[in-house]
Amino acid sequence: MSLQVVTANRLDDGLVVFLTADGGWSENIDQSRIADGKEAGDALLAEASVPELDTVIVGPYLIEVEQQDGGLIPTKYREVLRTKGPSVRQDLGYQAE
Amino acid sequence: MYRYDDFDRQLVLERTEQFREQVKRRLSGDITEDQFRPLRLMNGVYLQLHAYMLRVAVPYGTLRADQLRQLGYIARRYDKGYGHFTTRQNIQYNWPKLAEIPDALLDLAKVEMHAIQTSGNCIRNTTTDQYAGAAADEIEDPRPYCELIRQWSTFHPEFTYLPRKFKIAVTGSPNDRAAVKVHDIGLRMHQNDAGEVGFEVIVGGGLGRTPFVGKTVRDFIGKNDLFSYLEAILRVYNRFGRRDNKYKARIKILVHEIGVEEMQRLVEEEWAQIKDGSLRVDDAEIVHYIEQFAPPAFETLSDDDAEFERRKAENREFSNWVRSNVIAHKQPGYAIANVSLKPIGGIPGDATDTQMELVADLSEQYSFGDVRVTHEQNLVLPHVKKADLFSLWAELKNANLATANLGYVTDIISCPGLDYCALATARSIPLSQRISERFSDLDRQHDIGELKIKISGCINACGHHHVGHIGILGLDKRGKEFYQITLGGDASENAEIGKIAGAGFSEAEVVDAIESLVTKYLGIRETGERFIDTYRRVGMDPFKEVLYGDR
Repeated sequence: MSLQVVTANRLDDGLVVFLTADGGWSENIDQSRIADGKEAGDALLAEASVPELDTVIVGPYLIEVEQQDGGLIPTKYREVLRTKGPSVRQDLGYQAE
Repeated sequence: MYRYDDFDRQLVLERTEQFREQVKRRLSGDITEDQFRPLRLMNGVYLQLHAYMLRVAVPYGTLRADQLRQLGYIARRYDKGYGHFTTRQNIQYNWPKLAEIPDALLDLAKVEMHAIQTSGNCIRNTTTDQYAGAAADEIEDPRPYCELIRQWSTFHPEFTYLPRKFKIAVTGSPNDRAAVKVHDIGLRMHQNDAGEVGFEVIVGGGLGRTPFVGKTVRDFIGKNDLFSYLEAILRVYNRFGRRDNKYKARIKILVHEIGVEEMQRLVEEEWAQIKDGSLRVDDAEIVHYIEQFAPPAFETLSDDDAEFERRKAENREFSNWVRSNVIAHKQPGYAIANVSLKPIGGIPGDATDTQMELVADLSEQYSFGDVRVTHEQNLVLPHVKKADLFSLWAELKNANLATANLGYVTDIISCPGLDYCALATARSIPLSQRISERFSDLDRQHDIGELKIKISGCINACGHHHVGHIGILGLDKRGKEFYQITLGGDASENAEIGKIAGAGFSEAEVVDAIESLVTKYLGIRETGERFIDTYRRVGMDPFKEVLYGDR
């Protein structure tokens, strides 16, 4: 079954965030709550799409991830870039921290 | 250069305050993202891959020194110390915080700049020749007309919700450096048989998923009638352009579907109704705008400067820079100096805050405080005394701004691609960097001569790949980046859309593929032929063969 997490951009600064186990939003994908399979994914996305979160985040959606070396890696390169920052500016984004 | 009048100033300030309130309401939850999105887009604010992006208009690519200095300040104060100059002669900031954008816009307004109509289905920033007012081959400075277009199109109530975005480009020179044939409307200045200067009107060009070279709807429109004629075209488009399908909504599709004769008939019919109305601009008003762009106080100089010639003879690096980056000026003793934003292995179009401030300072020292942004993502100091070129070059060199590669294979147009853009399907910057490094040897670049490589990271073609002599389109093939090569494109007055060479290449293969094309060209070119000339002579087959062999 495919593993999924919910990602979005934070409203005030636009940065990439992930839905966490306690219902908050983290800049670190490893703190994401993981959904296994389609139904669990849909439920997770529904939770992230409630109107109350409209003042916290923008555009939540599901991404597929794999567990590797104790961390989570998105399966699509586009999403890998979102967890790190521009590949051409390693001094910027989360990868720089 | 044009200075805001009280009306312009008030308009921009009111808009900035309006947006500040909209941001406040969005952050406090009074309006939803769905309600806010069209409002932020109308103010140039996108949400990209990593953060918000603010696109600031540089009207017709012309900047005063104080404006460029402020762009540098904004890069430092509200962003991460750099900006990206785009193929639309604009600048984009990649990391602004939403809550701070109203302050950034206010700082822009202080130097008569804004982000209005840099997004949305409206008339966007009008682009033109970066050498306007300086080029030796120019008929007339196109910027007074660009400024009039800016005023006509800004907040035009009828054209705020067009079927799709709308881009106008103007050239005042027969050598088209503004790619006017691949814009929604292209205006080419020329003289008619009576000796009057006016415009050929080209409609329905464009790139994107359905590229077209524009078609001429009128050979000549006089200056007084230009604005009513533009209004007539926009009205026809607004009425008949398709709103049922986003991908068929640009005017190029309308022109293609109804044909240029029918388009012509509709426009002329509409124009007949309005041509004697309030949009007819009289000679006195045109003169008023021409005066705003009056040439700076040039000194009377000999065109030959002994010191300049001596420096060239003595310093190979300087003479190489002059060879590629310095262009003939219409005023004797002056030259146009191009500032390359394409250092070998660098990010095309990126400039740091301090580089922007330095170029602003240098423009005051050497170029009457006048700077241009080119659609090929470089900067220009348009009015430099030949006697000052060496000092200018030395200062640019210290800031890594003197790469001698204008028009060469390493002067690559590249969109931000998947490294920044939410729409992209593949990265384009790393590819441009690798090509730049592969061809870094300057003697080899000289040998290859003019070669325009343009890279887009998705089918929307912001990197103009369709009109690259060699175009590269990055796509996603089952989760992997791969790159399609097109050949024979041309953005000049001989505009052509390139043809797809064949199957795409992986990220690992594509630089070798480009090199094999260049090697083939060097092997078969005739004396004096550029890559594009050889391609036109021999066609696709010899190049296809080196790419695919018997495949």
